[in-house]
Parts: sequence; structure tokens; C-alpha cells
Amino acid sequence: MRLSRWVLSVAAATALGLALVGGSSARPDSSIKVGLIVKTTTNPYFADMIKGAKAQAKKLHVTLLVASGKFDGDTGGQVTAIENMVSAGVKGIMITASGDAVVPALEKARKAGVYTIALDSPTNPTSAVDALFATNNYNAGKLIGQYAKKTFGSKPAHIVMIDLFPGPAVGVLRHNGFLAGFGTAGITPKDTTQKSASQVECAADGFGDQAKGQTAMENCLSKAPDVNLVYTINEPDAAGAYTALKNAGKTATIVSIDGGCAGVRNVKAGIIAATSQQYPHRMASLGLTAIVTYAKTGKKALGYTDTGVNLITAKPVAGVPSKGLAFGLANCWG
Amino acid sequence: MAATEMMNSVQVVSARSPARRALGLLGGRATLGPFAALLLAVAFFSFESNLFLRGPNLSLILQQSVEVGTLAIGQTLIVLTAGIDLSCGLVMAFGMIVMTKLAVDNGVSPYVSILLGLGACAGFGLLNGVLVTRIKLPAFIVTLGTLNIATAIVQIYSQQQTIESPGSVLTYFGRTFALGGTTTITYGVVVMLGLFAFFGFLLSQTAWGTRIYALGSSAASTRLSGVRTDRLLVSVYVVAGLIYGVAALLLIGRTGVGDPNAGTTDNLDSITAVVLGGTSLFGGRGRLIGTLFGTLIVGVIRNGLVLMGVDSIYQILITGILVILAVSVDQLTRRRSRG
Repeated sequence: MRLSRWVLSVAAATALGLALVGGSSARPDSSIKVGLIVKTTTNPYFADMIKGAKAQAKKLHVTLLVASGKFDGDTGGQVTAIENMVSAGVKGIMITASGDAVVPALEKARKAGVYTIALDSPTNPTSAVDALFATNNYNAGKLIGQYAKKTFGSKPAHIVMIDLFPGPAVGVLRHNGFLAGFGTAGITPKDTTQKSASQVECAADGFGDQAKGQTAMENCLSKAPDVNLVYTINEPDAAGAYTALKNAGKTATIVSIDGGCAGVRNVKAGIIAATSQQYPHRMASLGLTAIVTYAKTGKKALGYTDTGVNLITAKPVAGVPSKGLAFGLANCWG
Repeated sequence: MAATEMMNSVQVVSARSPARRALGLLGGRATLGPFAALLLAVAFFSFESNLFLRGPNLSLILQQSVEVGTLAIGQTLIVLTAGIDLSCGLVMAFGMIVMTKLAVDNGVSPYVSILLGLGACAGFGLLNGVLVTRIKLPAFIVTLGTLNIATAIVQIYSQQQTIESPGSVLTYFGRTFALGGTTTITYGVVVMLGLFAFFGFLLSQTAWGTRIYALGSSAASTRLSGVRTDRLLVSVYVVAGLIYGVAALLLIGRTGVGDPNAGTTDNLDSITAVVLGGTSLFGGRGRLIGTLFGTLIVGVIRNGLVLMGVDSIYQILITGILVILAVSVDQLTRRRSRG
């Protein structure tokens, strides 16, 4: 009994203390409020997005409210955050939607006069938000596909594809973009299912996780021991694929997407041949600027803004524009 | 005359058919189901792909099972007490980060780093155990809370950076040795199998193990019979935490890095392995070797489907169906033994 009473009083004191501290640091309500909701705060990609938004908010003297889901896919948490931010009086909300379940809440927010912006991944339908600031994931895949094609030339390719997991559009877009860039006919950005090609000998899911990417590559190595080209959905999977190849005493050209600092360092180390770099920092920064413009002038920028992608490689090939390691390291995230 | 009669009767009593002895080794009737399912899966994939039954491929499946398999040993101990541990994967990740960060960034001796990492994981186990026994909260809620705490601590301490090149001592268990022909296996697999044997022995042959089963079956009567159930429960959680620390070291050996994003789905994966292995989520029933079968079933299916070129969504579907089957079988046998 005594212990639980002690726990209760400590909890009460903490709550009271937090309330006092929180209250004393309340900001003036006249500042423009902008909301940012990411999928999770534990992913360095989204952490960089938050950093970009915070920096821009400081520059423009606006108040930034940040929230996230508890895990990738926690649409419930994001919906709650949308509702809370609308009550808090935000002029605009930027969101990386964990799923389509956030759409009704976004529509409600828009009706209440809030400018809604999707970052990184489009909502379904895309009209659910006013604007989208994102990488063209299809192009990101296409770039590394073209790079691989030019590097291989007429050499026969034995391809293994390490994908994300069934569901998210980003997995399909990057996968299909790579194949299209490599030269497979009949693939368009509008395709919603993953396509295949004759040179693809195995495809497995790496879940964007290093250990699971290693497992996926190991299983594909049993199936396709002659692999010489590996497409990976992102850089942790590329690192896992490399370990699997190394343990089997094999080498292959590994291409990836994301352009995180760890990934660019892997390009430098020769683990990844080329990676398409994207700019989460920029997505949040541009989005926030757009919201501030709306708050001050009432004008909304609508539609899709491509925040850009650059191929980062230490071994450029003719015909495929790319940037070097110095650029990659200077602009990487994470 | 009497002596010969006695000797004969002793001989008769001690004779046990080889079939029963084999059944006992496999964990008894409870784990016959999972073992049969594993054999079926192996048979199926051997039939579907001639790449499956090769030594190197089977070795791969074992290596891929080390992470979840080792975690599932600790999970089994906790589930046997009618508890559950949702924090296991992140406690392992925390151990990974402590071990690698101390060795790489702070220049601490790798052996000391390993000990400190094991201690950190056992510490989380102690936290779980104390909260469950002293504050009397359900294990589900407690470990949900420590899962969040571990997630945050891992991200903050690692600054979201993967720690690379931890050195040959920390990656020791990733080293391979030859088994014969072209087949190699890692020391990590040997450690995992050794842990299964060791804790299987503890559970079935020691007082500690017997009391764990008793606690899971009926906490009240176990307490009434004089067992200090609180202390026992805390010891289970601390031992489980230690096992998660070993899993951390084995994963460093396998992947060669300290990854702050490791283990995020391992809580559900380890529970799946435990359930597929025939251990009851209601506590008090199940054999540790069943968990090994459960882990291998998942690994076999994942590997087999890739070799067959089947879409991975079916792997997820099949695993889900198997879990429902396993839980239903457990419920039916429970009802029958009570009836």
C-alpha cells in the first residue's frame, strides 16, 4: 500500500510540475502556427524533415507544432494530431500520411480553412490535400535503373530486387522506376502493382531494415547464385544485402535510393554503386514557406512540387546526370 | 529365487520403448504438432524447389533464426508464467547499441562492453519484473511501457546512427566453421541451440523450472505451497533480459553493426514462434523445444517461398493461418484435459 501511494504522489507532483513549467513557457498567440505530422520520430528521414521545418520556422518567426504516429502505419495517432492542431488554430498542416485513414480528418481540416500539404508520400486520393511536396519516387528508381543499364552495357544482368513490403506506393514506384530505367518495356508511373522483367531472377522483401534485408538477400542468393545486380528499396537494405553477398564470397553492383548520410558513406566505401538522393529537409522547408505565404496573403500553392532527386555516385557514367560524393555528403540527411 | 524375481520386475519397469523415449526428447505430445508441421513444411518445399534441401540453404535458415529464436527463449520463460514481453526486441536493440557504442565511440574494451550491454538488458528485465510484481500491473501493460522507454532510449543514446565496424571480438559469433562439404554454420547458431538445450534442461529438470510451470498454471496455489512467487517472477524477467542481451551480441555477429532500428517487430515475431511451438499464452504449458520448432517453421516458410518465387504477401497469410491453427489446437487440448 505504501509504495503505491508513493508512486501516486510522485506522479501527481510530476504532472503539477510539468503544468507549471509548460504554462510559463507559453508562446504569444499572435504568431502564425504551422503543424507538421510525420509517420514516426524514430526514423532519421523524418527527423531530418522535422529539423528542416524547425529551421525554416525559426527563420520566418512562426510557431511550429510537431506530432507523429507511434509507428509507421499509426493513422489513428495522426488523426488525433490533425484534430488537435486544428483546435490549436494552425494555418496549415504538413503531413506524411501513414495511410488513407487520415483523409477524412484532412478534408475536415481543409473545410475549417486549414491549408493541407502532403509531404513525401501522396495521399489517396491525391486531391485530399491542397499540395504535395515530394520526391518523384518513380524517377528516383528510374535514375538508378538507367545508371545500372549504362554500367552494364551489353553484359547480361542477373538481377535481384529487395523490395519494401506489400502495400505502400513508394515501394511499387521505386521498383517499377528501376525496371523502366533499366530498359523494361511497358512500365509507366501509373502502374500500381510491381512489374517484373526477364532478367529479374528473384525478388524478396527487406522491409527497409538492415537485418531483414540481409535475410532477403541470403534467400535470393540461394535462388540466384549468379546475381550481379541488386536493386534495394533503401540504404539499410543495401547494407544488409552487401553483408549477405560478402558472407557468400560474392560481389554484385548494388543500387539504392534515399541519400541518407550513412548511405552516401556506403557509396564512398564502395558498398553501394549509386544512390538516388532525396531531400526531406527541403520538403518540409518548402511546405512551411507555402503555409506562411497562405497565412499572409490567402493564396494557396496547389498541386505537386517535385523536391528533386540527384544520383550520387563515385563512378559517373556518360548519359546519366549525377553528382559526386562531396555534394552527396553536403546535402545528405540523418 | 526372490532376488531373481525382483531383478526381473526391475528390468520390466525400467524398459521404455524407443518410440516413447524419442517422443520424450521431442518434448512430448505437446510439441508433436509443431514438429509435424515443421517436417511437413520441409517436405513441401523440398518437393517444390530442388534448391531447398541443400546444406548451405538449411544452414542459412538456422542463421536467420538466431535473432528471433534466441529472443523467443526469454519470451517462452515469461509466457510460461502467464505473462508476455512486448519489450524484448527493443531491449535487444538497446543492448546492441550499448555494446557497440562503448567499444567503438568510447574505446572501452569489447569484453567490458559486452558485459555492460548484458547488464543493461538484465536491468530492463529487472525493471519489468519489479513493475509486474510490486506495482502488480499486468505484464502486457508493463512491457508496453518499457517498450516505449527502450525505443526512446535507443534513439536518444545512438543519435539514430548505426554503429559500424565494431571489431572482431563483438562480431565473433558471426564467424563460420565448416560442417562438411560446402556447408558452413556460424558460432551464433551453436550458441542459440546451446541456449535452447540449457534452458530446456533448466525448465524440465530443476526446481526453478518446475516452479515456473506451477506459477503459470496457478499463481495462488503456488504461493500457498510456500514458493516465493514474487522473487521467482522477478528472476524469470531478469533471466529473460539477459537472454535478450545474448541475442543482441549474436545479432551484432550476424549483421556486423549496432543498429538502432533493430528488433522493432521482434516482439510479435518471438510471440509467434512461442505460440507456433505449442506453448499456451495462458501459462503453465509448453516445452521450450516447441519454440525452436516454431521459429524454424517461420524461417522455412520464408525461405521456401522466396525459392519458389511466390509473392511475400502469401508468407504473411500462411504465418497468420498457422498461428490461429496453433492457438486453436492449444485451446482444444486444454479443454479436453480439463474435461
